[in-house]
Amino acid sequence: MAKTGITKTIGQHFDDLRQTRVWRSIFRSGAGSSTLKRALAIQQNVFLHLFSTKVRTRMLSFSATWYLGTLTLGTFLILVATGIPLMFYYHPSVPQAYADTKDLQFVVSSGLFLRNLHRWSAHAMVFLVFAHMFKVFYRGAYRTPREFNWVIGVVLLLITLLLSYTGYLLPWDQLAYWAITVGSNIASAVPLIGDKIHFLLLGGNAVNANALLRFYVLHCMILPLTAMIFVAMHFWRIRKDGGLYAHSSEPAVVRAQAADVQIPAPRTGGETRSMPADAKEAQ
Amino acid sequence: MADDTRKTDDVTRREFFTKLGLGSLSIAAVGTAAFSYQYLEPNVLYEPSPVVNEGKPDRYPLDSVTLDVNSGIYIIHSQEGYFSLSAVCTHLGCLTAWKPELGIIACPCHGSKFAVSEQGKVKPGDKIEGPAPRPLPWKRIWLNDDGDLLVDRSTDVPPLAPDSFVRV
Repeated sequence: MAKTGITKTIGQHFDDLRQTRVWRSIFRSGAGSSTLKRALAIQQNVFLHLFSTKVRTRMLSFSATWYLGTLTLGTFLILVATGIPLMFYYHPSVPQAYADTKDLQFVVSSGLFLRNLHRWSAHAMVFLVFAHMFKVFYRGAYRTPREFNWVIGVVLLLITLLLSYTGYLLPWDQLAYWAITVGSNIASAVPLIGDKIHFLLLGGNAVNANALLRFYVLHCMILPLTAMIFVAMHFWRIRKDGGLYAHSSEPAVVRAQAADVQIPAPRTGGETRSMPADAKEAQ
Repeated sequence: MADDTRKTDDVTRREFFTKLGLGSLSIAAVGTAAFSYQYLEPNVLYEPSPVVNEGKPDRYPLDSVTLDVNSGIYIIHSQEGYFSLSAVCTHLGCLTAWKPELGIIACPCHGSKFAVSEQGKVKPGDKIEGPAPRPLPWKRIWLNDDGDLLVDRSTDVPPLAPDSFVRV
């Protein structure tokens, strides 16, 4: 089919858009696919600058990480996106909490969908966090210089479990009540200060109105914000610790395929084992 | 020269104000921590009273064990008199249940079992088996002026002591 000279493709329209003053004021790196432009596009974006500007292509293969960390972030984002709308219908009070949960289940449009998505994503996130940790552990990706990122990961595991635990009380049914009774009694087994922790956590001596409100604030404000801070640190450290972890013992054919990407060794960290002997002496 | 007269351990004006500032901030930080802790600890609790009215003694036939689900206590009418056991498992706080067919108190959560009658060394409330670390405590029980049984859930009393029973 013949096109008139005036007709532009969608791609051409997009290229025009990228030349406008407004676009250039937001994305300073501008159009073009040179290595510099592509690196600047990452480095000048507040969200993307946490990540490395360059990645070994084989590190982006499924087998390297099984995408477990990314999938964990995905579930976390789903949990934020579904949790906030759930807050519009849920009152953290003893007379209303259970009824609101029932309403979300049976009365509110799409309430069932949002609540179940929140619930299943929470289960998936706990599973993925553990799977991610096992993958990192068995690949040895926690070793120098990545020890501290492992520690941040352990903190994120604890935050994930606390988010699950605090969210469990909110439906205010028998299952929730007794689970939190048992769980908070486990906290009172801490030597010396156990009973104090129990009292502060519940805001009283029993699982009651104060406990419901405290768990709600922890679940919707304190723990998610803490998680976001630690997630940002976690991603930043991947870059600062020399990028995604690469096996030095991977088959020669894979290493040869990867050789077409020439990346200088990161100044800090990296793989000292695969470094030539003279490079080691130079350090 | 003015500087020559200065002793080496003298503090300059700048150092003095730095220390004063840091000291004030430290005191303020400790105070903030203390007040934050106090803020998180409720001073008034809107929880049910620990003293509960369990009604007239003749509600409870001889050799019966009755669970008050809402209060978390048992009223037991034995040959020695009326006494009260906590129904809250000493393991992790679940509500236990009376099993008449077995003649014991059992916890549904982790399988702890407790005695309700005296058998040899075993006293009512003692653990028979399971993870519970302590026996179910006995609670103070007495009759008020109207002849109702009252139980104070916040006060433990020694098992089998004469004062731990109500005799009508």
